[in-house]
Amino acid sequence: MADAAVVDLSRLQFALTALYHFLFVPLTLGLSWMLAIMESVYVMTGREIWKRMVQFWGVLFGINFAMGVATGVTMEFQFGTNWAYYAHYVGDIFGAPLAIEGLMAFFLEATFVGLFFFGWERLSKLQHLICTFLLALGTNLSAVWILIANGWMQHPVGAEFNPDTMRMEITSFRDVIFNPVAQAKFVHTVSAGYVVGAMFVLSISAWYLLRGRNADFAKRSMTVAASFGLAAALSVVVLGDESGYTVSENQKMKLAAIEAMWETEPPPAPFTVFGLPDVAARTTHAAVRVPWALGLIATRSTDTPLPGINDLEQRAEERIADGLIAYDAMLRLRADRSDADARLALRDHAGDLGYALLLKRVIDDPRKATPEDIRKAAASTIPNVPVLFWSFRVMVGLGFFFILLFAYSFWLASKRRLDAHRWYLQLALWSLPLPWLAAELGWIVAEYGRQPWAIEGVLPTALGVSSVSATQVWFSLGGFVLFYTALAVVDAMLMLKYARKGPDGLGMWPPPAAAPAMPLQAASNA
Amino acid sequence: MFDYEFLRVIWWLILGVLLIGFAVFDGFDFGVAALLKVIGRNDEERRALLETIEPVWEGNQVWFVLGGGAAFAAWPLLYAVSFSGLYIAMFVVLLAFIVRPVGFNFRNKMPGARWRGFWDWALTLSGVVVALVAGVAFGNLFLGVPFRFDEELRMTWQGGFLDLFRPFALLAGVVSLTMLATHGATYAALKADETLAARAARLARLGAIAFLVAYALAGAWLAYRVPGYTVTAIESGASVSNPLFKTVAGSSNWFGSYAIRPLFWLAPAAAALGALGVLALAGRRGMGGFLASSLMIAGTILSAGFALFPFLLPSSLDPRSSLTVWDASSSRTTLAIMLVCVLVFLPLVLAYTAWVYRVLRGRVTLEHVRKSHGMY
Repeated sequence: MADAAVVDLSRLQFALTALYHFLFVPLTLGLSWMLAIMESVYVMTGREIWKRMVQFWGVLFGINFAMGVATGVTMEFQFGTNWAYYAHYVGDIFGAPLAIEGLMAFFLEATFVGLFFFGWERLSKLQHLICTFLLALGTNLSAVWILIANGWMQHPVGAEFNPDTMRMEITSFRDVIFNPVAQAKFVHTVSAGYVVGAMFVLSISAWYLLRGRNADFAKRSMTVAASFGLAAALSVVVLGDESGYTVSENQKMKLAAIEAMWETEPPPAPFTVFGLPDVAARTTHAAVRVPWALGLIATRSTDTPLPGINDLEQRAEERIADGLIAYDAMLRLRADRSDADARLALRDHAGDLGYALLLKRVIDDPRKATPEDIRKAAASTIPNVPVLFWSFRVMVGLGFFFILLFAYSFWLASKRRLDAHRWYLQLALWSLPLPWLAAELGWIVAEYGRQPWAIEGVLPTALGVSSVSATQVWFSLGGFVLFYTALAVVDAMLMLKYARKGPDGLGMWPPPAAAPAMPLQAASNA
Repeated sequence: MFDYEFLRVIWWLILGVLLIGFAVFDGFDFGVAALLKVIGRNDEERRALLETIEPVWEGNQVWFVLGGGAAFAAWPLLYAVSFSGLYIAMFVVLLAFIVRPVGFNFRNKMPGARWRGFWDWALTLSGVVVALVAGVAFGNLFLGVPFRFDEELRMTWQGGFLDLFRPFALLAGVVSLTMLATHGATYAALKADETLAARAARLARLGAIAFLVAYALAGAWLAYRVPGYTVTAIESGASVSNPLFKTVAGSSNWFGSYAIRPLFWLAPAAAALGALGVLALAGRRGMGGFLASSLMIAGTILSAGFALFPFLLPSSLDPRSSLTVWDASSSRTTLAIMLVCVLVFLPLVLAYTAWVYRVLRGRVTLEHVRKSHGMY
């Protein structure tokens, strides 16, 4: 059993580095498409201002992209450095989407981002546009494979335990790729990224209008942001990944925790808009419920029951007991690889082996577990209800706000009245951080809600860690925090500096009458 | 479709190809960064030098990321044991990989001399650190690293970061550093402004000599002073991926596999030939110098991989726990699926990468840097 401090520190480090990485990724996801849209308008109309828009937003894109690449490398290697047993235990399945991501997506994105910046004078208009599209495509394909990997952690399909290699091995690659959880997650996550990109352009443009600068530039940008943002905001809510929360027990547990739904409700279950979850008493005080809503959203039906936390905990107890048969068989097999009885018993009960491993946090030898130990282990399958409950509600509330804001922006844009109301511009400006907040809360719901599992039903998080010392993890954690904080400060400073300068300050637009040849001079001499 | 043994050998080769790809493509980025302050003597020169790699380093870095991903997918135990065992070394390398993208992109975004000076140092350091630590880590493979598995294949490692810096490993670090610095110099000689190119060519020749000396020394050391391992019993090349099912014995040195397969000698020959090629061709017109240093890199990496074969990661603590080609891979299905992916996508990647380099052909002149800087 690994050192509890190493487990906690490794989790903290992974959570921090992942949340930090995801400050930059969604902007890349969204802004890359918006650059492609703006450049398409340029290529189709030939109007210089659209090219300048691509280049100006491209400068900000570049600053963000560098941070995304820098913080992404950590993620690729952290499974090895801090989660070595995890890497061994599920690498046969989990490694593949990460490798394919590199081959198919990251190469595309990273190769063409160079030409996006350095290819303007070397490529024809159309060639450059194609590069921009390939950049956006690569970025988004990247998300496909990362979310296939992540979806598999939430719902591990197409794999089985092999007692000889002591790990999970693939049985159906097709099932891994077409995992329903991964599909729901992909749509939801990239849509969230598009909302971030749209808000970024909308807010900064609103600031120019408030200052009376770059009006033609800002209004065009806002029009793109409003339409792109409205579509994205609708998609992120309507195609929320709740649909993926019904396929497995842990996902059901996550859903029940999000709703603080202690008891199984008769279908269709109500949605709790507000309430005060009380973990000790296992009840939710002052609950305001909308009848039917949850059942309809989560199951897309009126007669599928959604189990409550208490029933799911009971179910976990049964699975732990069943898993112990598999665990015992595994130990017998290890002593004698030719024990055919044990092999058979393991095969029949392997689906619950992971549940027996939950006992390892309670007792050294799971085979000696008492009913009390089993109850404790079953109780550990309940994630932190208040955190999930509130994170989810804030996220959803923000989601609806984004729909309203972008819908109103869209209406104003179509009436050509984007600069009509100062309050609207102020609202658009100050909404800038909100989509990031929503995106980070989304990850907290998804991953904190996955606990105590690293791989749902297969591998408890605590067993996945490396055999490293707490000192080593303290060292790297401290290092990352220091390093990342310093970079965040520099990144924010440069973003602010270049956003403030704006297309006018950088000499990008309007074009200086005297020397139109070198419009970007200011950027380097600034 | 393919038998397990064949797939494992193929994947061992692919791992080598990815490592060579990383060292050849990203290697020149690191080499140029390491020599940034030597070749570029003022801000303008450094900007010109950096602009030779700025459009391409991001794509090049994917070789590293893909190497990690491919190791995860095809050799999960190798990925798990090496990166968790080399925890602090890996952390240091990661910091270098984090500072680099930011350095390239942020350096020119502010005018101050101190700002730019800071990023120049950061980039230089990132280049040196990665080349050195990668070499030291590689050197340690020959000495064996201190890990063992328990029955659940949970690994324990007994040793710290500083224990890695053993004399032979340090020499391997010097081999790696001189190799990548030479490669960076031949790239700069090919792509940078003529004045910088002349300086770079001189450095490339110096580097090639230093490399030859260090490489020969390392070879001799390996032949006479470092004992090797051989696998003495294993079910077959298609055996179960569990390192504990084999037995391993010591041998006099790591040249056993060269004795069995004389063709392996082509690898060190290529490394030496490449270095001589750099001496002859650096500074001349065309890509000769750069291709020669690429050959030198490929030869060096292959010669090390061949010597270790079939070992991937020998253990000094418990030889039986050592990872080999025959017992540390993914399942046959995963290897087969991933092979198809590589066969489909890698040629595509190489094709569009080649196109990008073609678009970017020609030198980055000081004149160009003076005139405009673009939006990067």
